[in-house]
Amino acid sequence: MDAFFHQVIAGLATGGIYASLALALVMIYQATHLINFAQGEMAMFATYIAWTLVEAGMPYWAAFFLTVAFAFVFGVVIERIVIRPVENAPVLAVVVVFIALLVILNSVTGWIYTYTIKTFPSPFPAEPIFGKYLTSHQGGAIAVTLVVLLLLFAFFRYTPLGLAMRAAAQNPESSRLVGIRVGWMLALGWGLASAIGAVAGVMVAPIVYLDPNMMGGVLLYAFAAALVGGVDSPGGAVFGGFLVGVLENVLGAFVIGNELKLAVALVLIIGVLVVRPSGFFGKVLVTRV
Amino acid sequence: MKFKLVPIAALLAAALASPTALAQKKYDPGASDSEIKIGNTNPYSGPASAYGTIGKTIAAYFKMVNDQGGINGRKVNFVTYDDGYSPPKTVEMARKLVEQDQVLMLFQTLGTPPNTAIHKYMNTKKVPQSFVATGATKWNDPRNFPWTIGWQPNYQTEGRIYAAYILKNKPNAKIGILYQNDDYGKDYVKGMHDGLGDKAKTMIVKEVSYEVADPTVDSQIVQLQASGADVFFNVTTPKFAAQAIRKAYDIGWKPMHFLNNVSVSLATVLKPAGLEKSVGLISTAYLKDPTDKEWTNDPAIKKWEAFMKKYYPEGSLLDPSNVYAYTVASTLHEVLKQSGDNLTRDNVMKQAANLKGFAVDTLIPGIKMNTDQGDYAPIESVQLMKFSGTQWERFGAVMGK
Repeated sequence: MDAFFHQVIAGLATGGIYASLALALVMIYQATHLINFAQGEMAMFATYIAWTLVEAGMPYWAAFFLTVAFAFVFGVVIERIVIRPVENAPVLAVVVVFIALLVILNSVTGWIYTYTIKTFPSPFPAEPIFGKYLTSHQGGAIAVTLVVLLLLFAFFRYTPLGLAMRAAAQNPESSRLVGIRVGWMLALGWGLASAIGAVAGVMVAPIVYLDPNMMGGVLLYAFAAALVGGVDSPGGAVFGGFLVGVLENVLGAFVIGNELKLAVALVLIIGVLVVRPSGFFGKVLVTRV
Repeated sequence: MKFKLVPIAALLAAALASPTALAQKKYDPGASDSEIKIGNTNPYSGPASAYGTIGKTIAAYFKMVNDQGGINGRKVNFVTYDDGYSPPKTVEMARKLVEQDQVLMLFQTLGTPPNTAIHKYMNTKKVPQSFVATGATKWNDPRNFPWTIGWQPNYQTEGRIYAAYILKNKPNAKIGILYQNDDYGKDYVKGMHDGLGDKAKTMIVKEVSYEVADPTVDSQIVQLQASGADVFFNVTTPKFAAQAIRKAYDIGWKPMHFLNNVSVSLATVLKPAGLEKSVGLISTAYLKDPTDKEWTNDPAIKKWEAFMKKYYPEGSLLDPSNVYAYTVASTLHEVLKQSGDNLTRDNVMKQAANLKGFAVDTLIPGIKMNTDQGDYAPIESVQLMKFSGTQWERFGAVMGK
């Protein structure tokens, strides 16, 4: 029983990792109705910026917020320079651009920082405050993910800018008619997603160690998380993250074995797409024809 | 009287052997009166580029050999290309080396996947794929692949040595194994099984695997602890090794912990994991570690340092890979010396399989290379070492063949 409990807690801890990146995926989907395959690498790159700042002697939180700000600008710039030109291109072309971004960011980071793993500092105390099952950092990272979720929810629900962004994604033509600058809303969406990704990266790095491939495996699970929860629902994405983390551990340890852990994520993706494409919490899309 | 017979016998043997030595010089592509051309691939870019220093040290080594007059009067032309640790690239480069550059042989091509990709090609072409830079066991298969030979102690050998240690020192051990789910991981597991023999079934209580794409191995460590294992055989690459060491410590699991030689680096594994969490780890060594205080004044390490400073000044004096490269290059040096004027691919391979008690002084004392027609595994012995909290300390006798 203890082993089972321990697996569940460990699953929640890794689930927190998936949830934070899934949030960034949902964010960009909210703004653009696209899934950004380079989201993980953008987060990883931002984490290296944070690492450089901390290594240069900057206090942790200063480095943290500076990195988030940098990531925001970085996201906006990428949208303006790279995504804008393919705005009206077929989806496949956009996907190719995303994959190109992924490869470029990965190899440029490797070229600058090498592929050797680096330790990344944690802002939370070293001694465990949650007992032996969960390190303080894992607990803290989950809390940070929940805070980001709350902020995001409030932003979309209660601010005019949030409303404008949702409108721009859902119905660009009508939004333009009521005076929303749709192009800038998209850029803003990219910036926000990139900033959320940076938070995720900075929280993940102390757990999995910082290296250019740090987000590769995480991204796949984050996709599953986002889809399970509903790709347009931030709350659903976080729920999905925890669910995937726990399912993966419990099934891997007691039912199907570790070899098939990754398959759990893939089966979830396919299962959700077949049975309930909008996920647990997503809105069912109805298009007028 | 008896002792005089020995030199006479040796003279006699030399006289008998000399007709072949004095016979006409024999060459295959890549060898001539003035030059021996050797091909190599190394990851100078990409995820494994930390290993690229091996190729650079080897190039520096042969520069030194050439400055000293070459091998049997011939200069070594070491041609090395970047394959980025990507097997398709390795195939392209190996073909270029064999067909366009016309090298005599390949030497120290690096990595298990890259070497696997050119394994069949080299054997079909009958061009030596010599002393490959990987510890997989499959390079020791002279019956099916007579043109490929390994060098370092292979993973199965290492696994068997841990098994022997466990049988002797903890005969009632309950062993838990974590391994990477590929050829490398399974090689180690097989070595452990073979070494334990009949007892493997009862002693190994849990085997769990992970995939390289997994973000963490936390769940696996929890499973191993729950199995009640009191010996942990940790077969992981650096990032996962660091995670496993840290997680085991954090959840209060204190087994006798064997860490595979792949991940013994202080800088990339133990420091990230936490030195205090790494105390008591057991692993193996076969080379003198330049950071080990015991060797600070060792003549061999001094000689190596002098070589590095003169021929590869930008290379790190703390990186064991550079000692490794120096040692393996010395091995090829010996093989080419032994080959004399008969520089055919066939003879080079024959000489590579004819190392008898050859020792390089940068190997731990007592470790010797032995090969023959049926044994393509030059180094088959290692010494155990334990991590003290600041550095690895070797203990016990040299184990293995």
